[in-house]
Amino acid sequence: MKFPAKVWIGTALVAATLIALPFALAYAGTAWVRIANFAILYILLALGLNIVVGFAGLLDLGYIAFYAVGAYAYALLASPHFDLHLPFWVILPIGAALAAFFGLLLGAPTLKLRGDYLAIVTLGFGEIVRIFLNNLSRPVNITNGPQGVAGIDPFRIDGFDFAQYQTLLGLQFSGPIKYYYLLLAVVIAVIVINLRLQNSRIGRAWEAIREDEIAASAMGINTRNVKLLAFAMGASFGGLAGGMFSAMQAFISPESFVLVESIMVVSMVVLGGMGNVWGVILGALLLSFVPEILRWTVEPLQDALFGRQLIDPEVIRMLIFGLALVLVMLFRPAGLLPSAVRKRELMGQAA
Amino acid sequence: MLLEARGLEVHYGGIRAVKGIDLAVDEGELVCLIGANGAGKTSTLKAICRLIPSRAGMLRYRGEDIATSPVHALPRKGLVMVPEGRGIFRQLTVEENLAIGAYALGGGDPEPQYASFPRLRERRKQVAGTLSGGEQQMLAIARALMTRPKLLLLDEPSMGLAPLMVAKIFEIVREIARQGVTILLVEQNARLALELARRGYVMESGAITLTGTAGDLLHDSKVREAYLGEGVA
Repeated sequence: MKFPAKVWIGTALVAATLIALPFALAYAGTAWVRIANFAILYILLALGLNIVVGFAGLLDLGYIAFYAVGAYAYALLASPHFDLHLPFWVILPIGAALAAFFGLLLGAPTLKLRGDYLAIVTLGFGEIVRIFLNNLSRPVNITNGPQGVAGIDPFRIDGFDFAQYQTLLGLQFSGPIKYYYLLLAVVIAVIVINLRLQNSRIGRAWEAIREDEIAASAMGINTRNVKLLAFAMGASFGGLAGGMFSAMQAFISPESFVLVESIMVVSMVVLGGMGNVWGVILGALLLSFVPEILRWTVEPLQDALFGRQLIDPEVIRMLIFGLALVLVMLFRPAGLLPSAVRKRELMGQAA
Repeated sequence: MLLEARGLEVHYGGIRAVKGIDLAVDEGELVCLIGANGAGKTSTLKAICRLIPSRAGMLRYRGEDIATSPVHALPRKGLVMVPEGRGIFRQLTVEENLAIGAYALGGGDPEPQYASFPRLRERRKQVAGTLSGGEQQMLAIARALMTRPKLLLLDEPSMGLAPLMVAKIFEIVREIARQGVTILLVEQNARLALELARRGYVMESGAITLTGTAGDLLHDSKVREAYLGEGVA
């Protein structure tokens, strides 16, 4: 048998945990359900970036721009701003496609760049998109500038409103809990796509161009198309995540798409293990939850130890966070769950 | 005529590395291109498989003009190169390298390659960068064979290998040719190349200075003096 009983039981347990999780979190406070939702959004972003950085080996420091494109696409097509209220299943694909188009826009002129040079250009690209969003309020008001777009529609299917409180089957479903299940379904689909990509013909081509572009082209791989595909696919996941972010928040502004966010997503990919889907998921979960947990523990801890607040919790949170990153890079340079190839590369097992 | 180049020129900026050479390879032939360092052998080979653009000249493969076709289109047509310095994917395993070799055909069975290179079968799970130089060369050749080439371009397969391994690699090249693959071999080791090939071209500072059957070239006094390290009596 390919799948023994153990695997089935394990899968069932994980599934049961994931289904029960939001209710357990809601017990601690709805804020925790929201944090879980954001963690899933970050998993989506990190998996999208992993295609570009981990699979194809193209360092992209402006990834958040695609998140912004998806978010603004949703916001402008489903808010009072233009008085457009298209249904979400129409806008999400539009947002993902638009983000993919922006991915091509970034990929095409940077085809010959690698490493540091590519990083600089992508970083600039991310800033350009943000600055455009900030300034596209004049002469024609498209993005509403720094004020952002408010009153964005939540997801809605025939009166089933994702933002509203509801009692179903005797269970109380708050807005965030409904979004949780939607996000969970989307992220599972994206994980499956990523796992299949890795062992596909196209995944092999990405691996080849990451290792040696000239040899790859000599083996018949169209390096230009394969790279552009990586940019476009990675970007489309970012766009999808952006659309859902927009709907969940009901308000977006350019401030949500700053460079630090790009760096955060890159950190998730690198910390978890570039190129390894499970590693990237772990990285995204850690970097989303740990700062929140610290936020909730540092303050009471200081009160208990010193009787007063010695250091601003925000400062200590970033301090621990930075320290953790440095330690991981020192002791596990290939990430917490490294991909087989990175392990060989960075841990000297090839020597 | 399987491959025909006429007036082929390659420039690097202002430098003419290949100065309008004529070269032809017939179906089933094993032809070698010999010459000293910097004579333009590798540039010629790279221009043929389109890794670098040619400035002028005609380039035909099976009667089709390939002077402007993209690099990645050629392996599908059966024109495959084993690059100088092997160009294997060092971080990937032997198996993974061969799988990428099959890319142009949309997949393929590595079994025939393992049959010809038992050493690679033993090391199929091993990372390519940890193989010995000779094994890496075998892998580079096996990976190219995954594309089922009609014309195989080999760039200095003997480079950096111990004499015993060089003999082994040349034996492999002879075997591939015997199976009907046409080969254009670029070599600095003129004697070995001429002993293996049917015809040869001698290249000197970007131009072809001599051509003929391998036997004639082996006995040519100029070749003996310049490339075989023998003084003329």
